[in-house]
Amino acid sequence: MNGSLAIARRELSAFFNSPIAYIVLCGFLLVAGWLYFSTLFLGGQASLRGFFSIAPVLFVVFAPAVTMRLIAEEKKAGSLELLLTWPLEEWQVVLGKFAAALGLVAVGLAFTLPYAFTVSSLTAQPGTFDWGPVVGGYLGLTLMAASFLAVGLWASAVSKNQIVAFIAGLLLCFALYFVDKVAPLFPDAIGGLLQYLSVDYHFENVARGVLDTRDLLFYASLTTGALLLTTRTLAAARR
Amino acid sequence: MARKFGDRAAMSQPMVSIRGLKKSYGPTQALKGVDFEVPKGQVVGFLGPNGAGKSTTMKVLAGYVLADEGVATVAGIAVGPDSVEARKRIGYLPENNPIAEDMMVLDFLRFVAEVRGVPKAQRRARLQAAIERCGLGGVLGKDIGQLSKGYRQRVGLAQAILHEPDLLILDEPTSGLDPNQIVEIRKLITELGREKTVILSTHILSEVENTCQRVLIINDGRLVADGAPEALRKGEGTVTVVVASRVGVNVEADKVRAVLEGVPGVTRVEPSEGEGGGSLGFALRYQAEDPRRGVFEAAVKHDLLLLEMRHQQVSLEDTFRKLTARAEVRP
Ligand SMILES: Nc1ncnc2c1ncn2[C@@H]1O[C@H](COP(=O)(O)OP(=O)(O)O)[C@@H](O)[C@H]1O
Ligand SMILES: [Mg+2]
Repeated sequence: MNGSLAIARRELSAFFNSPIAYIVLCGFLLVAGWLYFSTLFLGGQASLRGFFSIAPVLFVVFAPAVTMRLIAEEKKAGSLELLLTWPLEEWQVVLGKFAAALGLVAVGLAFTLPYAFTVSSLTAQPGTFDWGPVVGGYLGLTLMAASFLAVGLWASAVSKNQIVAFIAGLLLCFALYFVDKVAPLFPDAIGGLLQYLSVDYHFENVARGVLDTRDLLFYASLTTGALLLTTRTLAAARR
Repeated sequence: MARKFGDRAAMSQPMVSIRGLKKSYGPTQALKGVDFEVPKGQVVGFLGPNGAGKSTTMKVLAGYVLADEGVATVAGIAVGPDSVEARKRIGYLPENNPIAEDMMVLDFLRFVAEVRGVPKAQRRARLQAAIERCGLGGVLGKDIGQLSKGYRQRVGLAQAILHEPDLLILDEPTSGLDPNQIVEIRKLITELGREKTVILSTHILSEVENTCQRVLIINDGRLVADGAPEALRKGEGTVTVVVASRVGVNVEADKVRAVLEGVPGVTRVEPSEGEGGGSLGFALRYQAEDPRRGVFEAAVKHDLLLLEMRHQQVSLEDTFRKLTARAEVRP
């Protein structure tokens, strides 16, 4: 556990020491802000629904951008050799890197909270605003981000090249986002399965403020599964 | 009683034991069956031409590469995919020293201490000790990417000794350094070797002659020699002598030759130049045993005056070249 913590801390400080992290974070905040306020001004709706319905797409791009460097770079620079000869289990390394990525995303999300407060204060009569969707939305975003980050981390473990890792992560996350959109084209049984596999479908449930164990279980298993896969891929680097 | 037995077992246990190690990368057979042991406290030089399998052996020991066959243990613990316990006892400096470019020296060392699980209470002292030892005091605030190669190597060494490991594995620690830096790093390794078991690899001969108690020569995935640097060199040589009679009469060449041929260790005697004035010269070849003492004693016994005795060892370089000749023929 201490090993994971050390890795997480090191990665977080590496994030904040590099200009790329700030660019990614700024990009995220700009787009998030635009999504928040455009729905308000264009639609004139008194709701955050607009933001939360588009936010998953934002994370399809943002999550792999955060994770692309994490393992690919170590492979390329050769420092993976040192990392794998330290007295750490592979899962500790993976967990540490994942925690750092999640930490960065949490920072990004925290910075969007003022948007949410602004939007809600602009749109609601005092005392009438429904906080359920906000809490649900942020919980959903965090869960979704976690699963996307785990998938992105695996992409980073597979490739030596950050850009390849980014694109692979992006495609995988997009597939997980998009899979329920094609569900109506299939027979019910398959359609239901596709829907169940969709990150977005579960996100919509959570964002509605309805906490269902099935949705939580989905995110937990997707995240854990991707992290386990990453651990195996990393272990395979020992050749 | 039981404890005493355990202690004795621990004492006789080698720090490193490698048995029948084989490793292939695809079609390339990097190790074709390597066996050796390293007792506690020894400084071993791992010598061989490029591609001989030095790095592969070290990577297996460090737990980075998994062997196809064979067993490697460090302090009695098998290394392998789950060898966290073994890895705790090892300090490893990989070839080309791939350390984080983007970190400050101090931050990096702190990070390693943390990852290595150095207890918080001891962290400061250990960091201080490693920094002092490796002479890093002046560059703690610099990014590793900005350091000269010599300093970079010192950071690599500091990283390897932070947790006070029993075993240091250093893969080509002086490659790419300028002569001054090489001298400094060698000095540091010699110091470290006083208290730790060290395995260092190199393709430079003088390196092992100066720093190592034992040399393992590896070629084409196999060990081809194992011994002290002097022993590897001592194996063969020539002693050139010039003798004259002590009692004023001319010496008979045949008789002297017979005497010299009888000296233990001498394998062949050939006439060589004398110095005139009735003196005779001979070149004595030997394979295993240095015959100089025997020559002196024989001279005394047979009333011969030893005007000159010159010893010429086969150089380690010759041994090395002979043992690894096949590698040089290869394309
Ligand atoms: N990752 C690798 N993939 C394929 N072949 C390798 C790899 N590493 C080493 N080899 C090959 O294995 C042999 C031994 O290499 P190595 O152990 O690095 O030798 P040395 O360190 O003595 O120069 C060489 O023929 C080398 O080309
Ligand atoms: Mg090598």
